[in-house]
Amino acid sequence: MRTYQDEPVMLRETLAKTMIEYAGKDTRIVALDADLASSSGFGAFQKAFPDRFFNCGVAEANMVGIAAGLSSTGRIPFAHSFGTFASRRVCDQIFLSGAYSGAHMVIVGSDPGVTAAYNGGTHMPFEDMGVLRSIPGIKLIEVTDSAMLRGVFDEIISSPAVYYLRLKRKVTTAVYGEGEKFKIGRANVLREGKDAAVICSGIMVAESLKAADILESEGIKVTVIDMHTWKPIDEDIVAKYAKETGVIITAENHNVVGGLGAAVCEAVCKLSPCRVIRHGIQDEFGEVGTESYLKTRFKLNAADVAETVRKAIKL
Amino acid sequence: MPEKTEHLRLRRFAETIRLETLKEFAELGFGHVGGAMSILETIAALYGGLMKIDPKRPDWKERDRFVMSKGHAGPTLYATLALLGYFPIEELKTLNKGGTNLPSHCDMHKTKGVDMTTGSLGQGISTAIGIALGQRMDGSGAYTYLAVGDGELNEGQIWEGAQFAPFQKLTNLIAFVDVNGKQLDGPTEEILDPLDIGAKFAAFGWLVKEVDGHDVAAIYDAVTEAKQSGKGPYVILLKTVKGNGCDFVAEMASNHHVQFDKEKMLAEVEKTQKRLEALGGESA
Repeated sequence: MRTYQDEPVMLRETLAKTMIEYAGKDTRIVALDADLASSSGFGAFQKAFPDRFFNCGVAEANMVGIAAGLSSTGRIPFAHSFGTFASRRVCDQIFLSGAYSGAHMVIVGSDPGVTAAYNGGTHMPFEDMGVLRSIPGIKLIEVTDSAMLRGVFDEIISSPAVYYLRLKRKVTTAVYGEGEKFKIGRANVLREGKDAAVICSGIMVAESLKAADILESEGIKVTVIDMHTWKPIDEDIVAKYAKETGVIITAENHNVVGGLGAAVCEAVCKLSPCRVIRHGIQDEFGEVGTESYLKTRFKLNAADVAETVRKAIKL
Repeated sequence: MPEKTEHLRLRRFAETIRLETLKEFAELGFGHVGGAMSILETIAALYGGLMKIDPKRPDWKERDRFVMSKGHAGPTLYATLALLGYFPIEELKTLNKGGTNLPSHCDMHKTKGVDMTTGSLGQGISTAIGIALGQRMDGSGAYTYLAVGDGELNEGQIWEGAQFAPFQKLTNLIAFVDVNGKQLDGPTEEILDPLDIGAKFAAFGWLVKEVDGHDVAAIYDAVTEAKQSGKGPYVILLKTVKGNGCDFVAEMASNHHVQFDKEKMLAEVEKTQKRLEALGGESA
């Protein structure tokens, strides 16, 4: 049985620590930020490798272009901003200077969805993955917890591509134990049940597991799949559980338009048509508040997911 | 400073590039002739001697690099690279044709010798900065050269990069602005007046030089002086004429992207051939 409890460290600390660890043995790794190094944890990288860190100021487009240029000299840049600015503001730079140019670089977009909390709707990326999903070859990963972040690092460094890492900066819920295996593009099936399959990522993994517990107490058994990689999406797993359960519920801290639900629908339509109910942000802008308030406002709690599953099964 | 014979060699090289570039356009019947001509002598100076490159090793890590941020001037760069032996000169006939390695805008993965993909204006300054930073970290002493258009200065990203490069004291970055005074919809001063370009870059911390952008020897000397100074980043403002050296295009009021009769372009090819012969050179 999967457990879920708050991690003792913030995800940004894990990111900075992992980057520093890898950078110690791999001189190709460099980091850039757009005047958010004290928020992202990249300040720790700057302290460890002052000559390999560039604060670009509040100029995200320039930062992404510089990262692409650095990549063409053989470096592997990590460039951070809040998810809003690391995606929609720099879409063309990621597209042309990055992906089209064959760059190997990692864009880190922090504060996904409601976790932007007090920064409010202007800073609340419900669209980041959707904006980037149509860029050919880009790899979009929503990180669930520290173990996963460490688990995908080797592949990020060894397999050249433009990566977008969507991750919460602060405390997240641990789902995985140390040493668990992760493969980019391969979903992790966290529990199995024949009545429905919940496909989720990020903060919705813990909520979906909790929802599965609620439903199990009612005699409803659901599969929970952590689809950490939205692109390339794990079509095989989607098709397998579409066949086995006949109904899929996607749960995402993102607009259902263009997001995980959309990506799952594409795979389902292609390989194994079944009903897909997209639970997530229903094409709205974000707003200000605590994460807890916003999870309630946008129906991202376990009880909300459970209710969607109940309705979906009855359809 | 190069000897006069060296200046003559550069002028011949420039005319040879023009000859091959105009042939590319003649084959196609349309293209970005105006901007391809205005930056031509700068490309000739860079690839005719300024740049540390090796056509046999396009991926040589320690080479100097060039970012054609005004990516629509690709055909001039392609002609230059072909003349240097990066790929067969016959390939120039494939410009913009289906399956070609020579697309309208520069693509580093399609064309041997192209150092950066460009085409969305404004992005080249940032990628050039990234390359220059990488070269500095490598300690190779290599330079990055960057060409932007004066219309391209409309893009906000140019000024993000303009602010960053001097702050990082990037002495191995040398930028050119092709000040031909025209952008797609008309004269720059009527579309979005760039005002005093030199003063603007100077205010951002750049060292500014101005040269006749059609005097290949003057460009060569300006860059050589800039490098010898050990300072930077430099921006060299090129006073140019859009379409220069292709008379019927230069005379057009609107000449960003033009269509023409093949015969008309072949006449320009012939004129270029004669200019080249007058310089004592031979066609490629």
